[in-house]
Amino acid sequence: MAEKRITTPLTPDKVKGLKAGDSVLITGTIYAARDAAHKLMYEAVQKGEQLPIDWEGQIVYYVGPSPAQPGQAIGSAGPTTSGRMDKYTPTLIAQGQKGMIGKGYRAKEVVDAMKEHGAVYFAALGGAGALIAKSIKKYDVLAYADLGPEALAAMTVEDFPAIVVIDSEGNNYYEEGQKPYNQLG
Amino acid sequence: MRNIEAQLITEAVAKLCIDANYYLASDVYDALKTSAEEEASPLGREVLDKLIQNADIARNENVPICQDTGMAVIFAEIGQDVHIVGGDFNAAVNAGVAKGYVEGYLRKSLVAEPVFNRTNTKDNTPAITHVSLVPGDKIKLTMCPKGAGSENKSGLKMLVPADGVEGIKKTVLDFVKQAGSNPCPPMVVGVGIGGTMEMAAYLAKKALARPVTEQNGHPDYANLEQELLELIQKTGIGPQGLGGTTTALAVNVEWYPTHIACMPVAVNINCHATRHAHVEL
Repeated sequence: MAEKRITTPLTPDKVKGLKAGDSVLITGTIYAARDAAHKLMYEAVQKGEQLPIDWEGQIVYYVGPSPAQPGQAIGSAGPTTSGRMDKYTPTLIAQGQKGMIGKGYRAKEVVDAMKEHGAVYFAALGGAGALIAKSIKKYDVLAYADLGPEALAAMTVEDFPAIVVIDSEGNNYYEEGQKPYNQLG
Repeated sequence: MRNIEAQLITEAVAKLCIDANYYLASDVYDALKTSAEEEASPLGREVLDKLIQNADIARNENVPICQDTGMAVIFAEIGQDVHIVGGDFNAAVNAGVAKGYVEGYLRKSLVAEPVFNRTNTKDNTPAITHVSLVPGDKIKLTMCPKGAGSENKSGLKMLVPADGVEGIKKTVLDFVKQAGSNPCPPMVVGVGIGGTMEMAAYLAKKALARPVTEQNGHPDYANLEQELLELIQKTGIGPQGLGGTTTALAVNVEWYPTHIACMPVAVNINCHATRHAHVEL
């Protein structure tokens, strides 16, 4: 399958050019954050505090990597289930977040926020952490270090493989992709 | 009576934690290979090929198949003629889990308390242990690391006898549909039927420890496994939920006698990285 190459940060034009079902290779900096870091960022926004990073145009990757072995940039690093971040995601999209990488379904509130602000949701290959780690060249913890694998971190990625599953118009490739094979109705 | 040193248990558990997480068991690997050949969706085949490639990288480079190296679920069959010396069993198992997860660079995914203070225990302890006493003078240990993406999509329903086999099929299918793309399909589905509420849940977990290539020994339940698998493939969820004919690699059912008024059904879902490793001491 032909892949689209994209670089970070994302601009509104880049987001518009991505359609549900597109295979992409992402190069640049993406930011790792999952449950606990999302809760902390969400609470910070509620309190009017500054976030550890400026999310404008940035992509978050829902991941909690395994520890790096000597000589590795990172351990295994596949996506975690995105749905657990649904409660916090609309707030972060409103803060400028333009892309999310994870796996699994999203809540309607998230898709609504994506359409309103122009954001895109990518699926990475769940359970392929050893393979995905090959495209991650650098992993630097930026905040919440005490959370261990749940810390907020910057990742330098080269040709990180993902699939657009929900685009900024709300088209959903999970639904479209499953339809032709659903024999139960 | 045969003496077994607690230290031997610790060393065995540490090795099982690492082996299970680095080396995808051959039954699951072979099932992925077969599905990749049979999958109807081109994207589905591509996904399955990448999952096989991922398992190869993990094995060749001694790294975890998945970053979610799970909770350490350990089934222990302890021979009644065994005398554990030099320490107690639970402490020996937990020391093994800590050693395996730290020395193996596995992710520490446990919090000390579920609601009010979710602080990481930093060594992946405590283990979830299921101990049974059996005849003999050996200890058999099976380690099944359990990731959360799939665990969270599991559930249990207290059916009644009138619900029949159709009720069981509907329950399993409902859980699978509701899980969708979240538990990293193709999934392995463990089903526990009968007993009490907690027995059904235990059986569903135990079903996942059985190789995906093995059928239930009872022909009716072996048939049920096959029928459930065919039904699940028809959902179209497919590899990673992107659509296709491979939604599950296998359905394993375990059962137990139950009350005249009961028919509990537990459904425990595993991802494609269904990991298990065994040792006999």
